Amino acid sequence: MNCVLGPDNILHDTVLYRVVYEFVGQLLPCWLSYLIAGFVIMFFLINAVLLGAAIFSWMERRLIGKFQNRLGPNRWGPFGLLQPIADLIKLIFKEDLTPRAADKIVFAAVPIVMLAPVILMLAVVPFAKDTALANLNVGVLYVLAVTSVTSIAIFMAGWSSNNRFAMFGAARGVAVLISYEVPVVISLLGVVMIAGSMSLADVVNAQTIPFLLVQPLALFVFVAGTAAELNRTPFDMAEAESELIAGYHIEYSGIKFGLIQAAEFGGVVTASAVIVTLFFSGWSGPASNYIGWLWFLLKAGAVACVFIWVRATFPRLRIDQLLALAWKFLLPVSIINLFATALEVYFLRDDAGSLATSDLWIMAGINFGLAALSILAFGTMIREKVRPVGSGDASPSPLGVSIAESS
Amino acid sequence: MTIRTEPMTVNIGPQHPSTHGVFRLRVTFDGEEILQVEPIVGYLHRGTEKLAEERNYTQIVTLTDRLDYVSSMINNQAYCLAVEKLLGAEVPPRAKYLRTLTAELQRIASHLVGIGFILQDLGTLGTPLMYCFRSRERILDLFEMLCGARITVSYMRPGGVFFDAPTDFWPALDQFLKDFDTEFKEIEQLVLENEIVMVRTRGVSLLPLDLAINCSVSGPVLRASGLAWDWRKMEPYDAYDKVEFDVPTAINGDNYDRFWLRIQEIHQSVRIVEQCIRQIEPGPVRADVPLVLRPEPGAEAYGRVEASKGELAFYLVSDGGISPYRCKIRSPSLINLTVTEHLLVGYKLADMIVTLGSLDINMGEVDR
Amino acid sequence: MGLVHLAGPDLARQLEAAVADSVEEWNDDAVWVKTPSIAGVAEFLQADPVLDFQFLNSISAVDYIGYFEVVYHLTSFRQRHTATIKSKIPGRGESIVPSVYRVWRGADFQEREVWDLMGIRFDGHPNMKRIMLWEGFQGHPLRKDFL
Repeated sequence: MNCVLGPDNILHDTVLYRVVYEFVGQLLPCWLSYLIAGFVIMFFLINAVLLGAAIFSWMERRLIGKFQNRLGPNRWGPFGLLQPIADLIKLIFKEDLTPRAADKIVFAAVPIVMLAPVILMLAVVPFAKDTALANLNVGVLYVLAVTSVTSIAIFMAGWSSNNRFAMFGAARGVAVLISYEVPVVISLLGVVMIAGSMSLADVVNAQTIPFLLVQPLALFVFVAGTAAELNRTPFDMAEAESELIAGYHIEYSGIKFGLIQAAEFGGVVTASAVIVTLFFSGWSGPASNYIGWLWFLLKAGAVACVFIWVRATFPRLRIDQLLALAWKFLLPVSIINLFATALEVYFLRDDAGSLATSDLWIMAGINFGLAALSILAFGTMIREKVRPVGSGDASPSPLGVSIAESS
Repeated sequence: MTIRTEPMTVNIGPQHPSTHGVFRLRVTFDGEEILQVEPIVGYLHRGTEKLAEERNYTQIVTLTDRLDYVSSMINNQAYCLAVEKLLGAEVPPRAKYLRTLTAELQRIASHLVGIGFILQDLGTLGTPLMYCFRSRERILDLFEMLCGARITVSYMRPGGVFFDAPTDFWPALDQFLKDFDTEFKEIEQLVLENEIVMVRTRGVSLLPLDLAINCSVSGPVLRASGLAWDWRKMEPYDAYDKVEFDVPTAINGDNYDRFWLRIQEIHQSVRIVEQCIRQIEPGPVRADVPLVLRPEPGAEAYGRVEASKGELAFYLVSDGGISPYRCKIRSPSLINLTVTEHLLVGYKLADMIVTLGSLDINMGEVDR
Repeated sequence: MGLVHLAGPDLARQLEAAVADSVEEWNDDAVWVKTPSIAGVAEFLQADPVLDFQFLNSISAVDYIGYFEVVYHLTSFRQRHTATIKSKIPGRGESIVPSVYRVWRGADFQEREVWDLMGIRFDGHPNMKRIMLWEGFQGHPLRKDFL
């Protein structure tokens, strides 16, 4: 009973899968070992995402406490490290309510539909040299496609709750998400063009200098767009509407809510992983043959800390300002980046179609200048429309009363 | 095919995550836009005015603490002023300076709360709020040094203040002013030129001056609309005629102006505190006024101060007994709420909370 | 600085000249006007360029057992003076007094509060409902005979 994966099987390159498959295949029928190997992969993947979400939630609470001159959680475990477990236990024991008039199947499906894209996205990210759980050759396209499923999940949450406030929040969430999809996709096309391939492993290998230098505009647009897609401040109108009306997850309690939160935090972790892969040259660094995974984790952690930092600092934008930012600022800027990169790649590449490191440096120089100019230009343009005329600051008035002539 | 839409009536409060106390607002929305607003108050009504008719004049000081509970010193000051007008009593100079000093410290603390919560409502998740509260904690520690209580201070009495400041109060106050300088600069840097704050608050909820005057609006809300009227300058009481300070005013009357104005008022309050420290002289802190007061029967007085939220006034009527016959409290927050409808109708859902924050109402004062 | 407080015979004379048969008595603190002429007096006080009382500080009500007294404290920003107008309402029933809402909109919540706690109705106010207590509360707590 020796089950072997032929080299034309797409699962052939996933080393872990092949090893488990062949090992189990010696004992059990092939179709069963197929399934077991799949489960093992999924086990690792789900654990990675959920563990990442848990650690991220701890990191966020401690860091925001630091920013706000107070301690974060510090009761459970040293430095509060067991706090996520305490939260998990609490959520499991909470009563799981479903509104009577809610659409039960859709209502129950939402946490799964929200969590699944996050898990699926992490499958293609290479976290060490030549190591990814699934080395798809359309990795970038896959990541972008899977991200869009989140908007469906949010709408499902809002609709199935049978609650006008949830619908409100969900409608906004979907508007924000689909508005920010377009600049995100366009900004990634530049990266794909330079790397010459959509596979994430190839993108990392093509980064002789990190793409954050070569494509600063794409990084800017991608980070902003991702923050909006993850519903993080300053773009979190859809969910932190809870200042007056709760967001799309108002009716969720117990572990369903826990899974939605896990999806949100896991989304940040996964997005950081993707950003590190595309722009910060992934796992590369000194001695990356052995500790490439360590560099990857450190870089992803740093990007996650930047997301937390931004959340702790900025107030949130209003919904119309959010949409204006996407359509009038990020979209033109990303299109400029696309054209510029296309022209540069066309003129600079050699006959084989690849770019030398010196070419990348030239592109970096041009792109930085272009980034500064376009951000300045579009930033000024969008600013003029939002700020009304007239200044509000008056010098302190002298003694006495100055009554405006209108009264 | 026309899509049928209908406006939605929603209840905001009385419990809601945005702190302003127990305040209820019935709002009718058409999608994003606010069509109609009805404020409903009274959830914190404790019958202070009726209680005051049962307490003697000194005991009422403790009732006044609990009016605007983030601004107790100033409530005490308003009440004591009214009683002194009733009696015709004269306050010794040291007590005047102590009152001015503590009232201005309290104004700083109250404005820090106001500013912090406006920023919280904008969605900053509490970082500027924590910065403001860090400074406010220092002020409350100073109050604890003075009178033993942080929030409901009951420090002033008709005729002066309760007790002189201990000797270690003055170095602590100097240290606070020095630290506050740097701390407040941090807050200003964080929020005053922040693009998102400006974009969310400029041009939102404009209040024209003639409407403000007609609706009896007072305090920072009136000054943000363009009128430089401050009762500390117009009818000086305590030591306000001996210290120099400016009255910040703004022109537009939008949310940003009300927010900016409170920050400027904090600067002016710091100025006043520094001058008080320099000018204060040793002396008695309380006039020779009996503990159980019996003013003239038929006497009445209207004593007003510039509280942190507007014109706070006590209208006292005496019948010769140990309690006032009528103690009417003119509360600035309740009257500032008159303009709620004008400020909210036509603006968006997301602006509503920020506007209520910029009005800086306190339910203890609204409901009494 | 300090503001001038207008009262006494001067203010009474001006009021009597503008709104006939309105003034009842006066002293150095306040001028008493007859209840039905409150609205007319208020309009005159706001519109007159010399008096120019644009700002209503507060409306209070006092229960003097035999009669109620409604007290209006006013301020003029431009002319820098203040005034106090009072009006006596005999009896203890639910009396009706003309509202000054049309003159000063700041009377909105204050008149509702006087109705709620003292039981004096204001005729001409668009929303004469209880404000501090709940609808359906019986009685008017600030009256001297309530508790």
